[in-house]
Amino acid sequence: MLGDFRVVFLGVNYLDIVSSLVTSFTHWSPDLLCCCCRNMAAHLSYGRVNLNILREAARKELREFLDKCAGSKAIVWDEYLTGPFGLIAQYSLLKEHEVEKMFTLKSGRLPSADVKNIIFFVRPRLELMDIIAENVFSEDKMHSPRDFHILFVPRRSMLCEQRLKEQGVLASFINIDEYILDLIPYDGDLLSMEYESAFRECYLENDQTSLYHTAKGLMTLQALYGTIPQIYGKGDCARHVANMMLRMKREFAGSQNQILPVFDTLLLLDRNVDLLTPLATQLTYEGLIDEIYGITNGYVKLPPEKFAQKKQGEASKDLPTEPKKMPLNSAEELYAEIRDKNFNAVGAALSKKAKIISAAFEERHNAKTVGEIKQFVSQLPHMQAARSSLANHTSIAELIKDITTSEAFFDNLTVEQEFMTGVDTDKVNTYIEDCVAQKDPLIKILRLVSMQSVCNNGLKQKVLDYYKREILQTYGYEHILTLNNLEKAGLLKLQSSTRNNYPTIRKTLKLWMEDANEQNPNDISYVYSGYAPLSVRLAQVLARPGWRSIEEVLKMLPGPHFEERQQLPAGLHKKRQQGENRTTLVFFLGGVSYAEIAALRFLSQMEDSGMEYIIATTKLLNGTTWIKSLMDRPESQSS
Amino acid sequence: MMKSKADEEDYWNSSKFKAFTFDDEDDEFSQLKESKRAVNSIRRLVEEDDDEDEVEKVSWSGEPIGSISWSVSETAASNQRTDREPAFPKITTDTTSISRSHSGYSLSALFKGKTRGGNFQSFTDTLSDSSVRLYAPELRKPKSEYKDYISDWSPEETVQRMQQGKVVSLEKFRSLQEKLLLLDYSVSAHDGNVITAVLIYLKRTLSKEVLFRELTDRQTALRHFIHYLTESKDHRLLLELLRALGRTEDVALLQYKEHLAITDENKKRDFLKSCLSLPFSPEDSSHVQDHYTLLERQIIIEATDGQAERGGKLEIFQKFPRKASILNMPLITTLYYCCFYHYAESEGTYSSPLNIRQTFKLSEKQFFVTALAARAKLKAWSDVDSLFTSRNWLGFTRKKSPLSFQRVVDVLHKNSAPTQVLQDYVALVDDAELRITLAQKHKCHDIVINTYRDLKDRQQLLGYRAKMVRGSAEERKINELLNNSQIRWKN
Repeated sequence: MLGDFRVVFLGVNYLDIVSSLVTSFTHWSPDLLCCCCRNMAAHLSYGRVNLNILREAARKELREFLDKCAGSKAIVWDEYLTGPFGLIAQYSLLKEHEVEKMFTLKSGRLPSADVKNIIFFVRPRLELMDIIAENVFSEDKMHSPRDFHILFVPRRSMLCEQRLKEQGVLASFINIDEYILDLIPYDGDLLSMEYESAFRECYLENDQTSLYHTAKGLMTLQALYGTIPQIYGKGDCARHVANMMLRMKREFAGSQNQILPVFDTLLLLDRNVDLLTPLATQLTYEGLIDEIYGITNGYVKLPPEKFAQKKQGEASKDLPTEPKKMPLNSAEELYAEIRDKNFNAVGAALSKKAKIISAAFEERHNAKTVGEIKQFVSQLPHMQAARSSLANHTSIAELIKDITTSEAFFDNLTVEQEFMTGVDTDKVNTYIEDCVAQKDPLIKILRLVSMQSVCNNGLKQKVLDYYKREILQTYGYEHILTLNNLEKAGLLKLQSSTRNNYPTIRKTLKLWMEDANEQNPNDISYVYSGYAPLSVRLAQVLARPGWRSIEEVLKMLPGPHFEERQQLPAGLHKKRQQGENRTTLVFFLGGVSYAEIAALRFLSQMEDSGMEYIIATTKLLNGTTWIKSLMDRPESQSS
Repeated sequence: MMKSKADEEDYWNSSKFKAFTFDDEDDEFSQLKESKRAVNSIRRLVEEDDDEDEVEKVSWSGEPIGSISWSVSETAASNQRTDREPAFPKITTDTTSISRSHSGYSLSALFKGKTRGGNFQSFTDTLSDSSVRLYAPELRKPKSEYKDYISDWSPEETVQRMQQGKVVSLEKFRSLQEKLLLLDYSVSAHDGNVITAVLIYLKRTLSKEVLFRELTDRQTALRHFIHYLTESKDHRLLLELLRALGRTEDVALLQYKEHLAITDENKKRDFLKSCLSLPFSPEDSSHVQDHYTLLERQIIIEATDGQAERGGKLEIFQKFPRKASILNMPLITTLYYCCFYHYAESEGTYSSPLNIRQTFKLSEKQFFVTALAARAKLKAWSDVDSLFTSRNWLGFTRKKSPLSFQRVVDVLHKNSAPTQVLQDYVALVDDAELRITLAQKHKCHDIVINTYRDLKDRQQLLGYRAKMVRGSAEERKINELLNNSQIRWKN
């Protein structure tokens, strides 16, 4: 790229260039920036483990399927899938394989398109099958005979195929296939299955299908990155997944995996071992963006006002009304730097960055010789990107600050922290009462009551009944169903024994740190300004000094804890260099929050930890999306 | 109820509790301003089109250009002009299709049992093994796959083949023992999809009694079966199953859930009535009873009020037309509605707030806060006032509230009460600090001034004077106080 760039400029007076870049920067910057655009997944390979290998494998798989349907194609998308697929492939890849049109799955007639194949890319959901059946039925057979295919993501499902059969269209499909998108690489150290209903299925409906997919995903990962010699786990689901993995490995016993293991340890954690953490409001930058605006598939939608570009002479006539959508990942240098900071430390980081960028732009005055000017110009695209990134994050930080400095936010956080430190968790809380009286969003109420219940190891009958009554009277009796779900999932609980073991757990695992340092953290508790996520503490203790030191507490938490070893073929045992870090894959079954991810990244970066963490999960979640997934709503309001 | 303020302060000062503070707003977040300034100055420096300079190009409306979701809308948009001929749905006359669908499970074999054994299909399957998912090149095939040419699979092998997405026929498993083996192997494989497939087969070929009995001993399979019935909305069989299992509470909840799908209010009411006899847990039972009573009442109120509104005789409905029907609203909303439109009614009517309070055993606090909000909304300040009035045994009236006066002020303010009204209640806030904060917020100057006077805080009073309008009554009052030699100022 740089070569091309030089050719363009060789014939021009360099001094003119410097003045022209001030005014007409746009003429050439897009070309230059392509070096960044072209490899959009570069950030996946920066980490300790090159997750791009996984992405490449997934792309290969996709190409193979597309080639199976020979001739021109149109893809009909289950809209939900476009997000996750976007992380794997761009439109250009599909185009190379003769995909000419793409539509969103809708009931009624398929749009006409002069293609040989129609391929449905769908999740295995019954309601989608009905739409597909309608599409197929209304196809004009005489006019344009087109071949139909279905690609189920991530698995085919008997239920769905049966539904197609009942609808009488199953036979119309030439290919019914599955695209195993179990683990989607989100970032250099983050994999998610984006399996939204995993927690609900595991803990409410006792359906372990998601665990099977998890085990399958882990097998794929081992095929690409080598057998993981040590497996630790805590919780019933963790036990299940480990059992399945060992069983699947026996299936392949004929041949050995000859890849040098990348991961030293796998830690499987049930979400229900730590119900508390996702309920708390995340206080990292990324966590707050997620809490307030919601991050889906690595994108956030923000109110457009702050991002409107006001140009001189142009009145703000057409302010965009659609939300501004922005990608959030470590490909953006500034974001990678600040995402995991406590929000209180973000202002300082942004200001520091601003100074650096300003200084860099000032450099142009010092550029005297042709060489220096060339040097400066070559850095411009990078500086421009940095400036734009700084502008965006300054705006986002302002939006968030408006909320975090509000009284409502402060009051809510105060109550959360009281609960987490064990203050008055056995009484009806006045703040919750007031929130109900003001008819604050139901999810907020459910989050707080659940938190109180978890921090008190269940509520007294009187207290629980009181809350339930208030909620039903204020929000509607139909929420009996939701309350029952929360009870089944263990989020709301009746105190069974008189003994509340939460204080013991809190003290032993040091879940509350008095002097959490938000600016220069020395402990993971900075991510919640005092509360150290239980799940991450378990990972931390496992690395050092080991779980044996917390046997008592492990027994108090639900489900078994265990350790398994997988034999490696001789010669694949790693010879560790002095001081070389070990790598642990932490798999959260049932979801993980951004603050927990931040805490694990913090541990990876700690100089003396000796451990690097890669994080995998069934779903990236926060308290709100989590509780939402457990609610039972009228059919019309669902989805 | 109110924690004494001193306690509260101790509590914060003890440093045991660290509130999440954006301390020193000035320097923390002026930094944001700083970085913004920097950004802006650079923008002036290099004026360029911002859309062009992002690392990843993003179209304004959302998707990065070239991304899949962006392309979906792009390619679809280019298609919109195509004329759609109106067409009647055509009956499919597709006869060729059965043999075409050769990948994956043979569903016809599974569900209808047409191709018994499925030998031929599985033979072709080995030739064009299209459905084996080789995700990564390094994945090796399990041992069992080398046996593909054998047609006579054991239950265990059958389950393995199903897991690999291959053609199988379950029809040949005829004895109960074989079927149960099939089920047990599928359960131990943990593949929900395979378990479901086996369960569908068992459901079709076993009597309910036998199936239910065998599932009782197989909890995992049972859960999958329940999930399957729920998903496929086979409520009749599901209820039967739950009853057979003695899971009566689940039965009750499941049945109750069906009311959500009923839109007609009379049908819904009747349905809820039929739910009353269901075996709920005691507390749920009383909630469902309340739900029924509430809807029954709402139907009556809606009919009466709708008529009154159309009749145009009642002033209140003319002045404040109803925004929505009260049907299916929560209890508290209904109470609010009744406090708004039916406040003075005697306890005998269905729409009387007092009657609602009694019937549903609402707490004093709930009733109070709802009535307060409703009357404040109507600006019926005398009603508001009388809510607080109680007489002690000497006959003096004094204001009492089940709610902190701070919250009272909050509610009144939200309903845009004027300062004259607010100050009466601000004055009743016990804690001096809090009272001053509230009074300042709501511009109740007298209260601020009097409180500073009571605190003998001359400095604060001086400071406050500076904020007053020159020559105003407030300023004069402060001056008088400051000149009053009787007061012993503490500073």
